[in-house]
Amino acid sequence: MKLRLSSDTIRLIIPALSLTILLISVFYLQPRAMGYLGLNLLFNLAVPIALATIAQMLIMTVNDLDLSMGSFVSFIACVTATFLQSDPAIGVAILLLAIAVYAGLGVLIHVRDLPSIVVTLGMSFVWSGLAILLLPAPGGHAPEWARAVMTSRPPLVPMAIVASVIIAMFSHFLIMRSSFGVILRGVGGNARSVERAGWSILAARAATYALAAFFAILAGIALVGLTTSADANIALRYTLLSIAGVILGGGEFTGGRVSPIGAVIGALTLTLAGSFLSFLRISSDWQIGAQGAILIVVLGLRLLLNRMEKKEKRA
Amino acid sequence: MGVEAQNPAVVEVTDAKVHFGAVKALDGVTIRIAAGESVGLVGHNGAGKSTIVNIINGGLTPHTGSVSCGGARIERYGIAAARAHGVRCVFQELSLCPNLTVIENTRVMHRGLRGFGWRKRAAEVISRSLDSIFPGHTIAPDATIGDLSIAERQMVEIATAFSTISTPVKLVILDEPTSSLDATLAAQLLAYVRVFVENGGSIILISHILGEILSATDRIIVMKDGKVVTEKPSSAFDHHSLVAAMGSVVKARDAAPARVKVNGGMLLLSAPPRRGKGLRFNAYAGELVGLAGLGGHGQTDILLDLYLSKTGNWLRNANAAVTFVAGDRSLNGVFPLWSILKNLTIANLSDLSPRGMVNDGREEALGTSWKERIEIRTKDMDNRILSLSGGNQQKVLFARALATSAPVVLMDDPMRGVDVGTKQEVYAIIRAEAAKGRTFVWYSTEMEEVSLCDRVFVFSEGVIVKELTGADVTEENILAASFTGVAA
Repeated sequence: MKLRLSSDTIRLIIPALSLTILLISVFYLQPRAMGYLGLNLLFNLAVPIALATIAQMLIMTVNDLDLSMGSFVSFIACVTATFLQSDPAIGVAILLLAIAVYAGLGVLIHVRDLPSIVVTLGMSFVWSGLAILLLPAPGGHAPEWARAVMTSRPPLVPMAIVASVIIAMFSHFLIMRSSFGVILRGVGGNARSVERAGWSILAARAATYALAAFFAILAGIALVGLTTSADANIALRYTLLSIAGVILGGGEFTGGRVSPIGAVIGALTLTLAGSFLSFLRISSDWQIGAQGAILIVVLGLRLLLNRMEKKEKRA
Repeated sequence: MGVEAQNPAVVEVTDAKVHFGAVKALDGVTIRIAAGESVGLVGHNGAGKSTIVNIINGGLTPHTGSVSCGGARIERYGIAAARAHGVRCVFQELSLCPNLTVIENTRVMHRGLRGFGWRKRAAEVISRSLDSIFPGHTIAPDATIGDLSIAERQMVEIATAFSTISTPVKLVILDEPTSSLDATLAAQLLAYVRVFVENGGSIILISHILGEILSATDRIIVMKDGKVVTEKPSSAFDHHSLVAAMGSVVKARDAAPARVKVNGGMLLLSAPPRRGKGLRFNAYAGELVGLAGLGGHGQTDILLDLYLSKTGNWLRNANAAVTFVAGDRSLNGVFPLWSILKNLTIANLSDLSPRGMVNDGREEALGTSWKERIEIRTKDMDNRILSLSGGNQQKVLFARALATSAPVVLMDDPMRGVDVGTKQEVYAIIRAEAAKGRTFVWYSTEMEEVSLCDRVFVFSEGVIVKELTGADVTEENILAASFTGVAA
């Protein structure tokens, strides 16, 4: 009997493999990283990135793209470090409002048939502006509970790993296994057929955007929990990191083909790539270029695998 | 009153009128579908079949007129109301989500499938439905739709429409359901339709294969120009009278072309035996070469290989040797956001752009001349391609290929779901072009089209098993060859 791997599994192989290779290389270069503390240090900044990547992945599930992810997470970080810490009630209200705004964006994009890139690019300036209004200079304090969660030390396995696994499992269940997730992915795959089955695409888009905002908010809170203070530009690079993470993890820009587990692995890989390059003592001038090179190698591998898969199907 | 009570209408559309701008799509149509009857709906392009189907499935609200279910008029009839009254639809173009599995697509169709263990229940429902319609199928419920063949996708779609969770299925609209199925599967479906109708269900069948309509329905509604022109029991029709009722001017069968003597022509294309077995493929200038056999037995693959063997080069050839007419319009035919004109001229842009810039005047002239030659039914070639009906879109794709100077035209079952009248028009164009020395390699699942060809290669399991010439091109010979398999 021949072992048949589902295309979803094949999709996951490359990200999992690249993470493993990268991890082995890091351990080889810096054996001291191979421990509870080392792993936590390597990966703890990956937790907010993983959450933002899941948020981006949700938007990409319905064939959209969110270019305001970075500025939105920065804005949330500023809210967390100010209102959420000092006046939790107002803070929570602001966060709920932010979710409502995201749902509204989904509605707007759907009803007016606007390109999501344009709308979210515009919104990125709005979020940045609001963040600067809140915190004109870096500052603020992380709420105690956020700090406590992010610096907690669970037995045996470090917090960063536990959190990544929980994020991956929860979003996998939500997007890939639940009957609700099927509709979201269906909208990405063939919106017309979902509509013909009597579903409201409008509601599905609004729900997707709201859910994405929820994950982005968690990303902002997690980030402040780690850094203890915030700044209006704290997470600007998350926009591109989150998109790269989704793609690295086997997701695609269109067609509702996404993988939450892959997305989390993608986020971990991206974080690790930075540390890897530092361990190699590559000057920071070259790091971004080298990070790009790693991305190209991994994506090249995936194209190769896709091609092999296609050939096998034809034969 | 007595008859009404005995045999209540599942759906009744009364005096529906729909217009898109100045075009009247429906001009006062009244259709009544009773429980336990199978109704055939035939008519040309733009006769209004799709429009009335859209009204019945709730996708479109008529501008005037009403819809009632089970005798009660429904004020706000929409997709949800239609589904709640047991109306299901299998659309002409495949409408499943390619990124989801069979199970997940079932879930999209059924609101009731949720909560703990929904996957298991969905798998049961869809497997049961597939088993009863297509016994012996090999579709796994956890397969991703994108990995299935076109025929398998259509099977899944049909099975989904017939599957029940909570609301019983009362009426299933089948819009060209057999267009991607081979003869065996089509027969299984039509047999199931009979069983479904005997058990009290209703069917609306739209098909361009008149034999199917005649054999699988009790009553036939003929539409023309947005109106119902004839409505009679199926037994009162035969092939000829049905074509006549649609107003098609072409005689159905005896319009076979005079066969040309071909072997004097130049050898233009050839391919070694497929997979090292069977016969060689070759095509001479001015020939109509048919690829026949059951659907999905390697005909599309050889077309693609022939195409790539002539064009698979990074450096573009100024004069392409072959051109391709795609069968799956929406997947690899039309550019949905472009105008009709742009869709038509895309293959010919290098001739229209003397200095690297597209010459608008020449582009327009080309468009106008082809619009007249093949009668594209539009007022303005700058309209979006999707404003055309399916048959007319296909004509644009033909024009795109014919407008190039390529001596060989490869056609991948391009007439899928095109109505009889349009087909006859295209056949005439093809014959005229072949007389001028063009070569056509034509894969078709329809016997009528294959029998137009000068020479036919019959495929089975990816290999050419038989070559038929001239008078030997008959349904009998082709069927016999399709079922023999590879001898060598």
